[in-house]
Amino acid sequence: MAAIDEELKVVKNYIVEMGFMVERAIENAIASLLNRDNEAAKEVIKKDNEINILDNEIEEECVKLIALHSPVAKDVRFITTAMKIATDLERIGDLAQDIAERAIELNEEPPLKPYIDIPRMAEGARLMLNDSLDAFVKKDAELANKVIDSDDFIDNLHQQIFRELITYMMEDSRNITRAVRITYVSKYLERIADHTTNIAEMVIFMVEGKVVRHLKN
Amino acid sequence: MEVQEVKGSIEIEVKKLNFFYTGNIMGLKNINFSVQKNSVTAFIGPSGCGKTTLLRCFNRMHDLYPGNRYEGEIIFQGENLFSKEADLINLRSRIGMVFQKPTPFPMSIFDNVAYGLKLKGIKKKSELKEKAEKALYNSALLDEVKDKLNKSAYELSGGQQQRLVIARALAVEPEVLLFDEPTSALDPISTGKIESLLVELKKIITIIIVTHNMQQAARISDWTGFLMLGELIEFDRTEKIFTIPSNKLTEDYVTGRFG
Repeated sequence: MAAIDEELKVVKNYIVEMGFMVERAIENAIASLLNRDNEAAKEVIKKDNEINILDNEIEEECVKLIALHSPVAKDVRFITTAMKIATDLERIGDLAQDIAERAIELNEEPPLKPYIDIPRMAEGARLMLNDSLDAFVKKDAELANKVIDSDDFIDNLHQQIFRELITYMMEDSRNITRAVRITYVSKYLERIADHTTNIAEMVIFMVEGKVVRHLKN
Repeated sequence: MEVQEVKGSIEIEVKKLNFFYTGNIMGLKNINFSVQKNSVTAFIGPSGCGKTTLLRCFNRMHDLYPGNRYEGEIIFQGENLFSKEADLINLRSRIGMVFQKPTPFPMSIFDNVAYGLKLKGIKKKSELKEKAEKALYNSALLDEVKDKLNKSAYELSGGQQQRLVIARALAVEPEVLLFDEPTSALDPISTGKIESLLVELKKIITIIIVTHNMQQAARISDWTGFLMLGELIEFDRTEKIFTIPSNKLTEDYVTGRFG
């Protein structure tokens, strides 16, 4: 076993830990919205700091690895991937925090409508995140491709939610504040799915050495 | 064996090269690749893999020991190095070599550089001076020695001696320079100077280098070949070898997970 292997394992474990925390953050943020639970929302906001700390630690560990081990080939692909994943996870954490903030605001007024597509979207995005990290750990390019393909489903849901909320706003201008806030939540979830797509694309780079980012369209 | 084809103008082409040491001991097995003109080509691999053996084929250094045998072809500017007509003295001035330890001659700095020129029959002092200074300039040594050209070469530091040896090789205006571990006896500062010198030199000559230091190959070369047990396992652009090697053996070697 090469000297670098122990250190690579540390980075991998950090990513798994951070991924787990971010996944919980999405779940809890959405739960706080659905259950109109301000306490749960505040908890999500508070915990975001722990995710940020892990982001710093991963970066520090990766910089150290690069400086001390001069990684090449699959090692350098692993480390650059880990660094980018950490950045995406940190952004997802921020978006979960944003959802929690909108939840608190929405809780101040009576519900506009029952949430149907938002939980579906959240579950889809959370699953994408889970799969993209699974693909990272298992070095599974096929699973990463599946994640990338799922992004369209989330995008379509977002468009659908947006159209529906527009009708509420047109119907009664007093709905606008709440409808815009829900649109935000939908947009945050759509962004979360985009970040997981980034993660999946980096995993493909890590496994196959192919750059698939920015190639769509 | 994954050998990437070299695009652009080719300086040297190696075809089906086999090499046997005295007693039919196979040193190189079926080596095929091309060297791009004005580039740095590096060879890496574990000890005893045949890096130096391969390097020494290019100026037929193996001929110094009887019983060594080449098979196949090395085409240098249209001519096979192994043909009977090959003129070895001429060949070695066109394809020069720099070794691991600096090998200055026991004479002045100037005479070291002018040595090859004198052998070539140049007698005119002004011409010798001009060519020697140009070589010292090209080896990034002139500034440091211009006031002491008549001092003994042994007064120079190891790194300076190595650049002096490079100047000596450059003086006879070779087309290719072979470097066998040129920095393994030098400190990091001198190593850095030699490395930037090589990158600079490829503008005027073609460079083939053998190194144990993988990071060095990664830093300065355009093409990298990985050798193992006398076989060329992979030959490709350096960035490819160090980011996405095609062969598992190459990946294991460059990432330090060999064996």
